[in-house]
Amino acid sequence: MMPDLGKYAEAVLTAYGASIILLVLLVALTFRRGRRARAQLREIEARVKRDG
Amino acid sequence: MSLWSYANPVKFLTLSAKVQPALWVLSGACLCIGLIWGFFFTPDDFRQGSTVKIIYLHVPSALMAINAWFMMLVTSLIWLIRRHHVSALAAKAAAPVGVVMTLIALVTGAIWGQPMWGTWWAWDPRLTSFLILFLFYLGYIALWEAIEDPDTAADLTSVLCLVGSVFAVLSRYAVNFWNQGLHQGASLSLDKEENVADVFYFPLLVAIAGFVLLFLALVLYRTGTEIRLRRARALMAREQRA
Amino acid sequence: MRALLIRDLSLAFRAGGGFGLGLAFFLIVTVLVPFSVGPQSALLASIAPGVLWLGALLACLLSLDRLLALDFEDGTLDLLATAPLPLEAAMTVKALAHWITTGLPLVLAAPVLGVLLNLPEQGYFWLVVSLALGTPALSVIGAFGAALTVGIKRGGLLMSLIVLPLYVPTLIFGAEAARRGAQDMDPSTPLLMLAGITAGVVALMPFASAAVLRVNLR
Repeated sequence: MMPDLGKYAEAVLTAYGASIILLVLLVALTFRRGRRARAQLREIEARVKRDG
Repeated sequence: MSLWSYANPVKFLTLSAKVQPALWVLSGACLCIGLIWGFFFTPDDFRQGSTVKIIYLHVPSALMAINAWFMMLVTSLIWLIRRHHVSALAAKAAAPVGVVMTLIALVTGAIWGQPMWGTWWAWDPRLTSFLILFLFYLGYIALWEAIEDPDTAADLTSVLCLVGSVFAVLSRYAVNFWNQGLHQGASLSLDKEENVADVFYFPLLVAIAGFVLLFLALVLYRTGTEIRLRRARALMAREQRA
Repeated sequence: MRALLIRDLSLAFRAGGGFGLGLAFFLIVTVLVPFSVGPQSALLASIAPGVLWLGALLACLLSLDRLLALDFEDGTLDLLATAPLPLEAAMTVKALAHWITTGLPLVLAAPVLGVLLNLPEQGYFWLVVSLALGTPALSVIGAFGAALTVGIKRGGLLMSLIVLPLYVPTLIFGAEAARRGAQDMDPSTPLLMLAGITAGVVALMPFASAAVLRVNLR
């Protein structure tokens, strides 16, 4: 299944590995920050509504 | 309904929520299809061997690195002229995506060049220009982080984006002069414009589409985050004053 | 405008004004280079133009915080912003004062330091010319960086991160001109590019500098 990458196997795999890791990190951190922001806003809005 | 109505944060968030699921799914699909097709189902290049497969990462990320900055430039101008907060926040949101794209372009570019050049880094004009772009991104992001007041930060970073854009173009010419001028006829650059054969071209297009859609999805999501953070901050300030 | 210039110059030349620190830094960096790359004369001769350009650039960079920080702290900047003199002109004058007190001395000191690095004979003239044409750009670009970060506590490092990439075109053409001169080649192309960049920057950057300064003084 894996294509014969020949002598460049290390290079190609490193390139793909590094890129995918960077993209996954970017998306994961984005979602984490987004979820925190939503939670924080929900909390404050509830507080404001409660306290008028 | 004009595009400007989405300058309203609530309208923007509503539209964003409607559009994002499709964007995420499509981008994931294009990325998977493009990369799998390119990695597993394309032949090696005569000269470059299997390293040509890096093209499916390098070209799309490099394109997005530049387009992200360009989008930041446009949204910064819109902020400076029309004072729409969503625009300023969109620029802020795009920067980290752009910097990661630049980093991917740099890493894949260096790795791609290594078998040809024999070193892990060479001061090829294109790679060097991307390195400089990387530094511009870092400065821009650092400036946003360093300033307390959101409106001041938006103003300062917008002007920086403008000035940076001019100097980025200047640097491009300077770097081309700098490397070409010294090494006559060196064919170091990974020529993106060389005619890419059809068999490589179509998976490349799909990969590019995947990166573009990913960029859009990420920026929409991140802008939403920035809008929420801004609103939370405003509410907190009001709380403290009351 | 003249009054502002004289004021800035006299402040810089007074004791504690920091005049001479840029020169001293330039000297120290130049001295450190042979320690880091080894003392072989041929090597030093080939890197001398670039190293001297880099040293001058860094010396300029490090003296930038004096441009605005002190005036910001004691409220002079607010006065300047409301004065009849346009802020763009004030920023140009400040950059000029910075050049006279920092850039110009570096230009004059460079040939002396060139001796330390075995700069080839024909290189001296072009080194001075390229620095003379390029250092004004460094002052004006630096003024923009200073205005951008004037309100930030300990913003020096951030200012360097922002300003140094902006210095790249000037550095590339300036060092290339100096290098070509040292190798007895024709330096006119990089010199012209350098002069063009300096002219453009001097004409246009004060507008950006004034704009960001106004934002920071709000």
